[in-house]
Amino acid sequence: MHARADQRIRVTLTLNGRERSGYAEPRTQLCDFLRHELGATGTHVGCEHGVCGACTVRVDGRASRSCLMLAVQAEGRRLDTVESLAGEEGLSDLQQAFRRHHALQCGFCTAGILMSCEEFLDRVADPSEAQVRDMLSGHLCRCTGYTGMVQAVLEVARTHREAAVPDSQQENNDV
Amino acid sequence: MKPAAFDYLRPSSRREACELLYEAGDDARLIAGGQSLMAVLNMRLAQPKRLIDIAGIEDLHYIERRDDHLAVGAGVTQAELLEYPGLAGAVPLLAQAMPWIGHWQTRNRGTVCGSIAHADPSAELPLCLATLGGEVVLENRRGKVRRVAARDFFQGVLTTDRHPDELITEVRFPLARPGAEYRFHEVAMRHGDFAIVALAAVIDSDRVTLGVGGVADRPVSREFARHDDPSEALNALAWSLGAEDDAHATAAYRRQLIRELGRELIAGGPSDEESAHARQG
Repeated sequence: MHARADQRIRVTLTLNGRERSGYAEPRTQLCDFLRHELGATGTHVGCEHGVCGACTVRVDGRASRSCLMLAVQAEGRRLDTVESLAGEEGLSDLQQAFRRHHALQCGFCTAGILMSCEEFLDRVADPSEAQVRDMLSGHLCRCTGYTGMVQAVLEVARTHREAAVPDSQQENNDV
Repeated sequence: MKPAAFDYLRPSSRREACELLYEAGDDARLIAGGQSLMAVLNMRLAQPKRLIDIAGIEDLHYIERRDDHLAVGAGVTQAELLEYPGLAGAVPLLAQAMPWIGHWQTRNRGTVCGSIAHADPSAELPLCLATLGGEVVLENRRGKVRRVAARDFFQGVLTTDRHPDELITEVRFPLARPGAEYRFHEVAMRHGDFAIVALAAVIDSDRVTLGVGGVADRPVSREFARHDDPSEALNALAWSLGAEDDAHATAAYRRQLIRELGRELIAGGPSDEESAHARQG
């Protein structure tokens, strides 16, 4: 594939489970493509050089900064953004836990942080507080001081582990 | 900011990538994970006319344990290498050093070879490669393969021995030697920031190889006999690197870190508690 600098290239990807297409110049960042071309404005753009983590989305499942990726590099990939989290039943477990623990205030950084935490919880079933803080170190939040986020992530991990225990084992534990 | 305009080229083979590099000369930059380059492009510190994306080249995506080294292809991300099941046994220094690279989210896209190619003097992977005495494998547009020792590859700040028409296809980390111990530690303003001083140590019964990152214009490693008191060797190493004052630390502080952290690493490494604290700090 060879695209001229002024050429608009058709980019097709799967956004939150739906196939979507739009046009991007080679230099268009993925975050701008999502917001301006596909209208998915849940993803916020902060520093634009990979430091703050506000623009984090999941690319083929992996939390990635969408300002450090070109739209053309997302061709054919599966993208998940904050819009994918809440279902018809309402907020996801993680979103509810964020609300309960006051893990957000102004909310600007939250869309990216939620996407990192989602991947983290998929990959680390029984995290320590140090592991959660290490993962969150890839994000800047100027409101909360992070403590609420740590509590929210640890609580969701615990709840999911308890829910995953088979019934027979639960009975044994009760005895 | 937004990058300046560039042509975007996505070759499907190594040979095609090298041809494109040769045609473009100094006007082109290679991109793989882009976790260093994209920031540089966004801030317009670099404004290449062409960007050559090697993500579409299938046969660069492998991790292979061979007789005496672990080979990592240019398509492998840092997260993938960290998750490689045999990593702690094969190259224990990498298992210790890699969690210090950037953040979870940047390791998900940043590649191992990309960090070597970028050659930041404070980066962890070039330091590991230099300390272990590893190699970089390059290929040019005629298919000629060149193997360069790490100590010859890194030539200064963001400067390497790569020829303009060459692609790094692989890096080779020597496998752990029986009986040797491997340790890593670094000090930065916050975890994930550029290291003020990073140290990598290979400790045998009779000698120590200590690598230092973040001080000189490239990672530097020195070997010395293992005495009861390594103070003299550490002091000589600290003074030999031409440390300078900058916005993050003074030269004297860097020398002191080399002496103190060096002593701790050789004696058995900072305690887990200190490490955990530093990792969180």
